[in-house]
Amino acid sequence: MLLIEDLQVKLGEREVLRHIDLQINPGETHILFGPNGSGKTSLLMTIMGYPQYKVTAGRITFKGVDITNLPINERARLGIGMSYQRPPTVNGLKTRQMVQICAGGRDVDVAGMAARMNFTDFLDRDINAGFSGGEIKRSELVQLMAQQPDLLLFDEPESGVDLENIALIGNTISMLLQRDFHTEPHKSQLQRKKERTKMGLIITHTGFILDYVTADKGQVLFNGVLSCSNNPSDIFNCIKVMGYEECVKCAI
Amino acid sequence: MRNLTDRAREAKDKKAAIGPDVDLATFTAEPVRHDYVKDLKTLPVVDRERLIQAGIDTTESGRAGTYIQMDTAVVHAHAKQEGLEVIPIKEALKKHEWAREHYWKLVSVDADKYTAAAELNLHDGYVIRALPGAKAVWPVQACLYLDKDNISQYVHNLIIAEEGSELHVITGCATSPRLKRGLHVGISEFFVKKNAKLSFTMIHHWAEEVMVRPRSVGIVEEGGLFLNNYICMKPVRSLQMYPTTHLVGKGAVARFYSILVGTPGSEMDVGGRILLKAEDTKAEIIARAITNGGTIINRGDLVGEVTGVKAHLECKGLILNGGIIHAIPELQGKADGVEMSHEAAVGKIAQEEILYLMSRGLSEDEAISTIVRGFLSVDIPGLPPKLQEEIDRAVDLSSKDVM
Repeated sequence: MLLIEDLQVKLGEREVLRHIDLQINPGETHILFGPNGSGKTSLLMTIMGYPQYKVTAGRITFKGVDITNLPINERARLGIGMSYQRPPTVNGLKTRQMVQICAGGRDVDVAGMAARMNFTDFLDRDINAGFSGGEIKRSELVQLMAQQPDLLLFDEPESGVDLENIALIGNTISMLLQRDFHTEPHKSQLQRKKERTKMGLIITHTGFILDYVTADKGQVLFNGVLSCSNNPSDIFNCIKVMGYEECVKCAI
Repeated sequence: MRNLTDRAREAKDKKAAIGPDVDLATFTAEPVRHDYVKDLKTLPVVDRERLIQAGIDTTESGRAGTYIQMDTAVVHAHAKQEGLEVIPIKEALKKHEWAREHYWKLVSVDADKYTAAAELNLHDGYVIRALPGAKAVWPVQACLYLDKDNISQYVHNLIIAEEGSELHVITGCATSPRLKRGLHVGISEFFVKKNAKLSFTMIHHWAEEVMVRPRSVGIVEEGGLFLNNYICMKPVRSLQMYPTTHLVGKGAVARFYSILVGTPGSEMDVGGRILLKAEDTKAEIIARAITNGGTIINRGDLVGEVTGVKAHLECKGLILNGGIIHAIPELQGKADGVEMSHEAAVGKIAQEEILYLMSRGLSEDEAISTIVRGFLSVDIPGLPPKLQEEIDRAVDLSSKDVM
């Protein structure tokens, strides 16, 4: 379980998150909505443990461990993983090596994972060097397949992705979150839902991802405040028609 | 030969154009006796281990020949593959007219006091030659080893890839653990004849109080390819060199790659100059420098003399923990329609990259060493896989030391 209690975060001098309360139970996936600059990425980066996001109050607990002050790699070891929107290039580090790093010494089928994401040709290229928006997303998903985190944070996984790849990306996210219908076909969906442990927090602007990934809750972040918690499709429809400002009033 | 001696004598006090001046008289140039070793496996273990670090495999598996010189004496020289020759230069100069024809043909004996001293004190060196059309399957390995403390070693090497041949050389310079101070002066002349291919990979493995003054010039004829790789990742008091290559035949190509690591107290002044003198010639100089307290001056100079040549220079530096990196990239276009470019960057490791790797489970130290390893790794097109492995291994060993 991920439990965030009254979290307040500063980036430099600016307060980016205010009084955030959020609980993601094992097996749950939440969708995070919000306009540009509302603090969505800040929330993900804070959960991941980026040190420039200073927690000034409140705490984050994951699997019963207070991780508020834990370094980023220890959070990764505990099972938190992130798909970035614009990850940095690491010159000379091949994508293949990066996937192996994600596996943390476990023996993984790098070639098979890459093939699944149509990413084979990129394995011998420097990680993220000259990758397009869509290629970055596929690269990030191959890495997460190897990493197998229990809490997956996705920062706009569909941005920059062409129509041809959106289904591939959506279905892969669904699989990573144990929400697809192809793995373990001998089990009933009810049984699979009961056994589901993976947690997800997905930022989306367009909502396209909702066509492929089911979610339990939607959250709206507005001016650093988590203002609304509801069925994700209801929220998305409300935002589409009424706009964010109207939609967040549901909290009041 | 008479003439060479005279010219050398006249230049014996001539300071080099760049680099700190070395007082040659403070080192001993007296010949040191070392017995010739027929079977490399009989070498003492300490020496063998040092040789391995410098890229010399004493089992000779995957090697086309070996040359080993300790201090002033040749310890081993032979070629395993037909069509290749590995001969000590003194012997070659005595026996072969062709060796005399190539000797001091590219480097001027009176260039500076170091070239002069190399002529006046010649302590041998190697001649490695691929006969016309011969294709080396494996690299020839050569090592110039400093064993006796306070020694000065003056060597002269000729590397000749005759017409249509293919030759790969890996050469390591190393010092024995007991040596504290020393001087190495090495003259190297590279001849890449018509349609020949030469790769020359040099791995330096010096000690903290060693002065090093290589002087080398190469020439590449029509359709020839010259790959020159240089790796120096261990401490050295002072290293100064500015290897130069002339591309004189149509379509000749030269590529220089260098990897330098400046440890505290080290001073490296390493350049590379390629003159593109014929049509369709191409040149590339790629340098990676890391310092954690040392001083590295990284020079590069490309000179385009005729229309239509292509040349690129890339120099990247990383300052890890103090020290200085001074990148001096130069381009000289001397004709219409030359295509020449350079990029130089000096910086530190980006925090963003460290955090990205940490979020995949690496500790901060592991993340930094992964980034350093990536920074130093260069893909060298045309290099045999065996040699690329050798370079990767040297980089792996040393990027750990850098941390």
